[in-house]
Amino acid sequence: MSELIVENLNLSFGGIKAINDVSFTVEAGDIYAIIGPNGAGKSTIFNAISRIYTPDSGSIRYRGQELLERAAHQVVDLGIARTFQNIELFEKATVLENLLVGRSSKIRTNWISEFFFTRNVRKEERVHRRKTEEVLDLLNMQQYRYERVSDLAYGARKNVELARALCAEPEILLLDEPASGLNPEETTDMSFWLKDIKEELGVTIVMVEHDMSLVGRIADRCMALANGAVLAVGSVAEVQSDPHVQAAYLGQVAA
Amino acid sequence: MQVIFRTSYDQDIDHLVDRGEKYRILAAIALALIAPLLVGSYLLSELAIFLVYILAGLGLMVLTGFSGQVSFGHAAFLGIGAYAHSIFLGYGIPFVVSLPMAGLLSGAIGAALGRAVSRMHGFYLAIATLAFAIVVETVIGEWEQVTGGHMGMQVPALSVFGLELGESWQQYYLILAVVIFFIWGVANLMRSPTGRAMVAVRDSEASARSLGLDTARTKILAFFISALITGVAGGLLAHLLFYLAPESFGVQDSLRLLLMIIVGGLGTITGAVFGAVFVTVLPNIIGVLKQILPDTVANAPGLEQLLFGAIIAGFIIFEPEGLYGRWRKLRLFFETYPYYKKSTFVRQKRYLKTERFR
Repeated sequence: MSELIVENLNLSFGGIKAINDVSFTVEAGDIYAIIGPNGAGKSTIFNAISRIYTPDSGSIRYRGQELLERAAHQVVDLGIARTFQNIELFEKATVLENLLVGRSSKIRTNWISEFFFTRNVRKEERVHRRKTEEVLDLLNMQQYRYERVSDLAYGARKNVELARALCAEPEILLLDEPASGLNPEETTDMSFWLKDIKEELGVTIVMVEHDMSLVGRIADRCMALANGAVLAVGSVAEVQSDPHVQAAYLGQVAA
Repeated sequence: MQVIFRTSYDQDIDHLVDRGEKYRILAAIALALIAPLLVGSYLLSELAIFLVYILAGLGLMVLTGFSGQVSFGHAAFLGIGAYAHSIFLGYGIPFVVSLPMAGLLSGAIGAALGRAVSRMHGFYLAIATLAFAIVVETVIGEWEQVTGGHMGMQVPALSVFGLELGESWQQYYLILAVVIFFIWGVANLMRSPTGRAMVAVRDSEASARSLGLDTARTKILAFFISALITGVAGGLLAHLLFYLAPESFGVQDSLRLLLMIIVGGLGTITGAVFGAVFVTVLPNIIGVLKQILPDTVANAPGLEQLLFGAIIAGFIIFEPEGLYGRWRKLRLFFETYPYYKKSTFVRQKRYLKTERFR
């Protein structure tokens, strides 16, 4: 079954066409990589899916539901969670609080009962904490639990962002450059975790990534973009050997 | 150094798990309870004003400290609360109904303002709230049939359930109870989803939205709760002022509230308390200083404003975390002595491009 279907997506900023008639389909349970040079429109596609940008035309369907009819904060209700390229964490809060915000779509209490902290609020809080605990264990981050995000190193922040997205119990994860800025060891950890997330939690992953060794290790399918248009789609090896893709990265061979 | 070994989620959820903090707060409450026995009635009414400032600061802290929405016009809600409460009392509505009604009215106006400015940030938000405060002050001044205009308005006597509370210790206890209630409530909010949503909106709106938070709704709610608390503070303040005039709720008072929470420490409840200490104690210190200083300096116009401004500038430059931040550092110094290192609190490397301009 196809999970995410993007059809004829167009998006422009003023005169610049950031996405030009892009269509692709992500199958359930896959790790789908989007690659391409800077400015190819990779992150823009993510921002269109999470409704931060509104495309000019096209459709984005998730399990038959049209995402473009929803507001940005309603996307996660469908089971779509994401991370950001530049890390958008809640800096002055602790790791635990960040992860608990990840549970926002599951909150069932209102502010008046929270003001009085009724027994039901406490019960819900315990449930949310148990769920975040599972994620902390999965990503091996117990030692950061009470750290403020502003005190963490870059690599740890990347993991916190991944963990926060997982706390929303997503069915599909959009990861914007999960390995950028990580050292080789951290990148290896990341590749194991992404495989775990895919195999143990059954989460479909769509990721934008420049690190081709990571893409080669874990991606099931791959799409190459340049200047807002699709160059090639297929397995990683197919895309890497595609002449158009090589031209986009390395330039044309002089005739 | 005390290490809390946690064995259940309730230890994460409960207030005051740290033993030292618990004792300090219990001691502060005990001190507040026996204060009427220790001080005279003049000082007690000063203490009551101090409590009202804590409450008003707490209201602004919800909006600016926790939700990151700056307000340059919060004295307007103080004024709305004070006038609404006095007017309701004038119609014979009992105190226990009138005060919540004044708070809710202030909250509703706050929510409407929040709705109007929910897409504004930074300077634009500051100017919008400032304009709002000026409008409110003008309306209060011009609406003479209801508010008495610039002639002012007498505040009806304070009585609860038919019991006249004329003595300052009676009023003090009433105000103390209201302040503790709201501090408890806000502390509850901050350990709940709503409080975390506010912090999320403050620190990153984009990711708050992508995690399922309706940021506009969160901001409106923050404005509502903030204006409600400040409105209640205004209602209580009315009884301490006896006589209301629009000038009591002007731009300068808004600024004082904002400066109070900055000096106290943004983003913490304790910061609101410390800030209130600052704004109530400082004028007294300046008064004492004036007697020592030579006449030409002591009687120079604008001395208070100069000192206020200098202290605030000093805090922003040297201690952006405010008095509460200073206190945390001091505490860590003693807890970890002799291993304290300054770099614990030094801001880590900045990773994001946008951060480099902060």
